Amino acid sequence: METQAARSNLQKILQAGVFAVTSELGPPKSSDAAVVHKKAGLLRGVSDAANITDNQTAIVRMSSIGAAVMALQDGFEPVIQMTCRDRNRIAMQSDLLGAYALGVRNVLCLTGDHMRWGNHPQARKVYDLDSINLIAMVRGMDAGKFQNGEEIKPAPKFFVGGVENPFAPPYEFRPFRLKKKAEAGAQFIQTQMIFNVERFKEFMKKVVDLGLHEQLYILAGVGPLKSPGMARYMRDSVAGMEVSNEFVERMEKTPKEKWKDEGINVCVDIIHQMQEIPGVAGVHIMSIEWEEAVPIIMERAGLLPRPQPAELLAPAMAVAA
Amino acid sequence: MKWYEFGPIAWVRDFLNTNPRAEGFLQTIGLPAEAVIKKTLFGCQSCGQCLLHENAMTCPMRCPKNSRNGPCGGVRANGHCEVYPERWCVWYRAYTRSKTWPMPQAWRDDLYRLHPPVNWELINTSSVVNLITGRDQGIMPKKPAEKKTAPAPKTPAKV
Repeated sequence: METQAARSNLQKILQAGVFAVTSELGPPKSSDAAVVHKKAGLLRGVSDAANITDNQTAIVRMSSIGAAVMALQDGFEPVIQMTCRDRNRIAMQSDLLGAYALGVRNVLCLTGDHMRWGNHPQARKVYDLDSINLIAMVRGMDAGKFQNGEEIKPAPKFFVGGVENPFAPPYEFRPFRLKKKAEAGAQFIQTQMIFNVERFKEFMKKVVDLGLHEQLYILAGVGPLKSPGMARYMRDSVAGMEVSNEFVERMEKTPKEKWKDEGINVCVDIIHQMQEIPGVAGVHIMSIEWEEAVPIIMERAGLLPRPQPAELLAPAMAVAA
Repeated sequence: MKWYEFGPIAWVRDFLNTNPRAEGFLQTIGLPAEAVIKKTLFGCQSCGQCLLHENAMTCPMRCPKNSRNGPCGGVRANGHCEVYPERWCVWYRAYTRSKTWPMPQAWRDDLYRLHPPVNWELINTSSVVNLITGRDQGIMPKKPAEKKTAPAPKTPAKV
């Protein structure tokens, strides 16, 4: 693992070798700041940082950077998402400079869901860069160079992450794609939600063989199930997701009033299994529009209390004040 | 010696780089010819920086996300595209072709290499002409051979 001074609380925790926990904060489909503050309040103290989604599933929401600054005001560390769907390289670099100036220190680089299944399918797609070239660009900015080679002074120094989905074909190629991301300079990786532990173990075995777990921190994606219907829908209809029948059956056997409770237990069991897998540095909890579940999951998984955020957030707090 | 340092090719390159009208003429006949052939065979999108042989003879510009470095996370279990369920994922196909089609080992290995982002300046130009003139940055020096002391072309992926 490359050694560098920790840029963010999340990086500090990962470098210390603590099993890290990130969560997900979905900004509202409105300009309502109260929603962001409420969600940040729920997630602060039970997770080390939260991804602020960037128009997830191509549905218009409050901007990731805007909501991230609100989370910072609450003393909670955000991971902004930067998707290639809506911005070309000029807009992305400019947004990153702005975000850094506002105190954001973590960025997650994604290709982004296509707008065809979003709420504005008429929109023009951009996809100027792909996620791997975006990671390379952010790392280039880190080294003081814009994408065209011009100098940046002072350079924005982000903790850069990417994503990987072990559950979409071609399965054998996935670890090599992760290797490309490591070569591009990604420092941490969050995976797709895991409901097929066997497939993930195979993937991690290959990743460890390639030595990638020494180049980047891998956070395994997990999430609670809400109902047997949700489990079946994710198994049958969501592209790039696999749900083992084991979990679907477990949900189906549960009486209706205990669905949510059992869904959280499934998530906790998966977290415990993740802790056993070599190369996994933490978990990323995706509780889609159900932030209340995160404190319960964390408590049952025995991952509380979290390490206290250090003075790293202080400059951002000064901005807020 | 690289193929593009070979005498006649270097002369043609120098000639085209110093005669914009000649290059323009080649572009006007080269682009349609190339587009017709490659569109029929591979669904060419005329990006002007052809990656076919480096991508197991599959055009990555057909991907709705223009992904030139690997499949996105939304590939369906049957290997079809997330966005257009009736189509194959171009990367699923590229991976299959790299395992099954006859081609040099170097081409198969190119699938695992980091490719630079698309240069959108070259969209709707002939990639063969760009290859000869050296405008196709990833493969050849941008400047003619005798000006090699000039700064090397920027390859952003390696920054």
